[in-house]
Amino acid sequence: MTWVNDVIQGIMLGGFYGMLACGLALMFGLMRIINLAHGDIAVLGAYLIYVVLEHWNTSPFLAILPVLPVMLLLGYLLQRLLLERSLRSGLLVPLLTTFGLSIVIQNLLEQGFSPDVRSLGAQAGSIATSSWQITDQLSIPAIGALTLGVAIVIFGALQLFLSRTQPGRQMRATAQDPDTAELVGINSKAVYARATAIAVAIAAIGGMFLAIRSDFYPYSGPTYLIFAFEAVVIGGLGGSLWATLLGGIVLGVAQTIGGQINPEYPVLAGHIVFLLVLLSPRGGLVNLRRVTA
Amino acid sequence: MSLLDLEQLYLRHGLLEAVRDFTLVVAEGETVALVGANGAGKTTLLRAVAGAHRPSAGRIGFDGADVTRVPAYRRVQMGIALVPEGRRLFPALTVEENLLVAAQRRRPGRWNVDTVIEAFPMLERLRGQRAATLSGGEQQAAAIGRALITNPRLLLLDEVSLGLAPLAVEDVYRSLATVIAEGATVIVVEQDLARAAAVADRVVCMLEGRIVLEGAAGELTREQITEAYFGLRRRGEVEA
Repeated sequence: MTWVNDVIQGIMLGGFYGMLACGLALMFGLMRIINLAHGDIAVLGAYLIYVVLEHWNTSPFLAILPVLPVMLLLGYLLQRLLLERSLRSGLLVPLLTTFGLSIVIQNLLEQGFSPDVRSLGAQAGSIATSSWQITDQLSIPAIGALTLGVAIVIFGALQLFLSRTQPGRQMRATAQDPDTAELVGINSKAVYARATAIAVAIAAIGGMFLAIRSDFYPYSGPTYLIFAFEAVVIGGLGGSLWATLLGGIVLGVAQTIGGQINPEYPVLAGHIVFLLVLLSPRGGLVNLRRVTA
Repeated sequence: MSLLDLEQLYLRHGLLEAVRDFTLVVAEGETVALVGANGAGKTTLLRAVAGAHRPSAGRIGFDGADVTRVPAYRRVQMGIALVPEGRRLFPALTVEENLLVAAQRRRPGRWNVDTVIEAFPMLERLRGQRAATLSGGEQQAAAIGRALITNPRLLLLDEVSLGLAPLAVEDVYRSLATVIAEGATVIVVEQDLARAAAVADRVVCMLEGRIVLEGAAGELTREQITEAYFGLRRRGEVEA
């Protein structure tokens, strides 16, 4: 029964990783940009929610509402002012740019908020701590269920956006063939900016759950970037969106089962599964080769 | 009245000069066939007109305006549409989505998803299919439809018969004849000289990035075009 419990906990944790990986996968699938600042952007989102909560005594779930448009705008500007320019110089330059951005965000957060560790768990109220006890060994934490639910809603909404709306179709067309997309009247720069805006906003939602589930400080980003990146790779780089969520779930389950074997193993188990997928003949590595070829 | 005005255009691929000192005026309603061997610069020229290739020197005028620095997606709005070599449909999008994506910046006109599918009846049953699963002829029809749906004033066709079965080529050109008859201005790149001469008012023959022969389609003989195509006359001059 503890194994069943682990798998269920892992699936819910996977929803969280999927949420963090979503924007990363979107930007990589569309522009081949690996955004090394993605984790820090999520943490930035958490800090913005923290700022809102300082002025408005409410729950983080409400405090994120004014933060989302800010993040959309930040994402748009990030693409237009920084990434668009670096994309012109090939694939390596955006990688370096986001690496630098990651350091800048971390240092600015430390300047602005001190290196203290914070959490939004308390402000989230009972949802952060309550759970449904199914049997003796099986309990479902409310925050876990909510995380997974929100992740599914985000992925579903993004899928609907991509398949049913005109901006979504333009995004898919541009991802497949940016040169031809321009020739049929698509402004690829605008498409890229929209995608980055969405990716950054979704990262902020991930940042909110990060801040409720555990604590955060200005340098939390890179750890979560690694988990998000592993989720994307396990799901298959440049594959479908749902595969990214699945990748997050595989990672989450691997981590909780690893933790069950030995409390020191969760992160290691996740890395091992990631490496196995990367090394497998049909795994992420194959896709990575195809992408860079 | 001239619709397209190319003045002393130079186009490069890195160090390679693909098109040199190219001057051409295309009148409204005219159909021009560009012929020439592989590497003569035809595709590069069409891409430059569509805005996908930035000239290193020279000027591109369209309908009186200088569009040399206008990005490709805006030229679509102005009425320039390219059917690219190799069709280049979005493979994972359905046929209908391929059309819808291009319809975003369509100019007002008679072409929309329904009229395009009317013009290419073979697309009707393929509407919901991914473009990657289509045959070459079907893909070509969809690619032409995707260009037409923007209601272009200038339609650029790059090797539309390349890699198609003869019957499919017939189909494609039959549909094109309707478009041309309606008064569209068309520049067509075609390897089949007979077909090029049949469809066009004027034939422009390119060699190594330059115009080596130009004339009304009815007045040029096949021999003249062949000579220009392979650069025979020029080589003769060098020897003399």
